[in-house]
Amino acid sequence: MIWVDTIIQGILLGGLYALFAAGLSLVFGIMRLVNLAHGDLIILASYLILILVTATGMNPFVAAIVAAPVLFALGWLLQRFVLNRTLGDDILPPLLVTFGLSIVLQNALLEGFSADSQRISLGALETASVSVGSLSFGVIPLLTFASAIGVILGLNQLFYRTGIGRAFRATSDDATTASLMGIRPNRVFATATGIAMIVVTISALYLGTRANFDPSIGPARLIYAFEAVIIGGLGSLWGTLAGGVIIGVAQTLGAAINPEWQILAGHVAFLVVLLVRPRGLFPRGND
Amino acid sequence: MALLETQALTANYGDFQALFGVDITLERGETVAIIGANGAGKTTLMRSLSGVLQNAPEQIQHKGTPVGALPADTIMKRGIAMVPEGRRLFRSLSVEENLVIGGQHKGGADFGDRLDSLIARITGAPDPALLAGGHDGQGYWTLDTIYELFPILRERRHTPGTALSGGQQQMVAIGRALMSNPDVLLCDEISLGLAPVVIKDIYAALPKIKETGASVIVVEQDIGQAMRVADRVYCMMEGRVTLSGRSSEISREAIHEAYFGATA
Ligand SMILES: Nc1ncnc2c1ncn2[C@@H]1O[C@H](COP(=O)(O)OP(=O)(O)OP(=O)(O)O)[C@@H](O)[C@H]1O
Ligand SMILES: [Mg+2]
Repeated sequence: MIWVDTIIQGILLGGLYALFAAGLSLVFGIMRLVNLAHGDLIILASYLILILVTATGMNPFVAAIVAAPVLFALGWLLQRFVLNRTLGDDILPPLLVTFGLSIVLQNALLEGFSADSQRISLGALETASVSVGSLSFGVIPLLTFASAIGVILGLNQLFYRTGIGRAFRATSDDATTASLMGIRPNRVFATATGIAMIVVTISALYLGTRANFDPSIGPARLIYAFEAVIIGGLGSLWGTLAGGVIIGVAQTLGAAINPEWQILAGHVAFLVVLLVRPRGLFPRGND
Repeated sequence: MALLETQALTANYGDFQALFGVDITLERGETVAIIGANGAGKTTLMRSLSGVLQNAPEQIQHKGTPVGALPADTIMKRGIAMVPEGRRLFRSLSVEENLVIGGQHKGGADFGDRLDSLIARITGAPDPALLAGGHDGQGYWTLDTIYELFPILRERRHTPGTALSGGQQQMVAIGRALMSNPDVLLCDEISLGLAPVVIKDIYAALPKIKETGASVIVVEQDIGQAMRVADRVYCMMEGRVTLSGRSSEISREAIHEAYFGATA
């Protein structure tokens, strides 16, 4: 029974990793931009939620709703005035610029908030759990997983049922021809990064409430996100969820055997999947 | 005032100059054909007219407004639609979505345009939106009328655009451009690689397209086809117009000379 419990905890943890990965995957899918600052942007969003909570005493969920449009605007501006200039045939400039951005963000957060670890408090909800038979699930992990599913459903609806989603797909296929349809690719990219920042806000809410965070942990979250995206197969959001779950389960199983193996087990699972299916479990087209 | 006009149009790819002072005009209601050998600069001319390539503003006039420097999306909103060389359907979109996206952003300045001109005013840059005026985007063409024009597309509307035959893909590309109800339709080699019977089907749509108020520029390699459909033809060679005139008035010999150069 303890194994069942461990696996379920791992699946729920996978929801968090899928959230980290969804924003990364969205941006990569539309403009082939690998945002190396993605993890740091999540930490930035966690601090923003934390500030709102401590300054006004508002509920963290409300704080996330307040933070979301701010981060949307930040993402829009970042894409519009910085990242769009780096896009082109050469993949190196966006990597260099987002790597630089990652360092800038880490140092700015360190300057602003010190290296002390922080946590967003949810009060009684933190320890709340629901029991099914002899199993008990934390409410927060359940909410995290449900949010991951909600985000993926929402993004899929956006992609396949709306005009802006159609413009996203068309621009991703062929930006020049999209411009002949009255679409300005740079605007589409800015909107996409804005939307990715809303997903970042949701990730940040759970990251900050489930565990301690400090300015330095962004890159590690980026790695989990990367692994989830690659396991899932580039471009498939449901695959990304599966990737997150695989890493989550590997980590909790590893930790159950030996607490020191938690992180390692996740990376090993990633390598194994990559060896067996180099293009990921659900390569593009199976979305 | 011509509907669309180029004046001493030049265009470059980096250091390579592809057009050397091209003058063409398109009057309302006309069909004009551009002919010329491979590499003559026909596609470059179409890219300039559609805003994919940027030129000096004055070099292209649409309804008397200099539009040479405007980006493709603004040109399209002004009512100039293009069927690009090689069809270029969106592979992630179904046939129907390919059509829908052609009309999705038609007509007038949208929120993004207004935001852009605001940013331009703040940063002091020239207003990129120089606006999409003069085109209301209303008109005859809708999904239903496109499906009437090309009935086969209705049957295939849920398949991916790129899963169709070449001729069907060309129909989608034409339909996609028509969905914005353009007043100028630019067609770059719509018959390329298609069987004669399919070419006939596609050109059969032209009278209907004209009837709804669009004026048309077609790029054609097939001289006979060009002479049949166009009121006037321009022949290009090495980035210059070497011959122009009414289809009914120019001789085969003159075209041959303009097409292949005087030595031929
Ligand atoms: N992207 C590009 N970069 C550099 N040179 C180009 C580019 N596109 C075209 N050219 C050059 O510009 C000239 C005109 O090309 P263009 O495509 O306009 O010819 P075309 O008349 O459309 O030919 P075709 O009948 O083969 O389509 C050619 O010499 C070509 O090599
Ligand atoms: Mg060409």
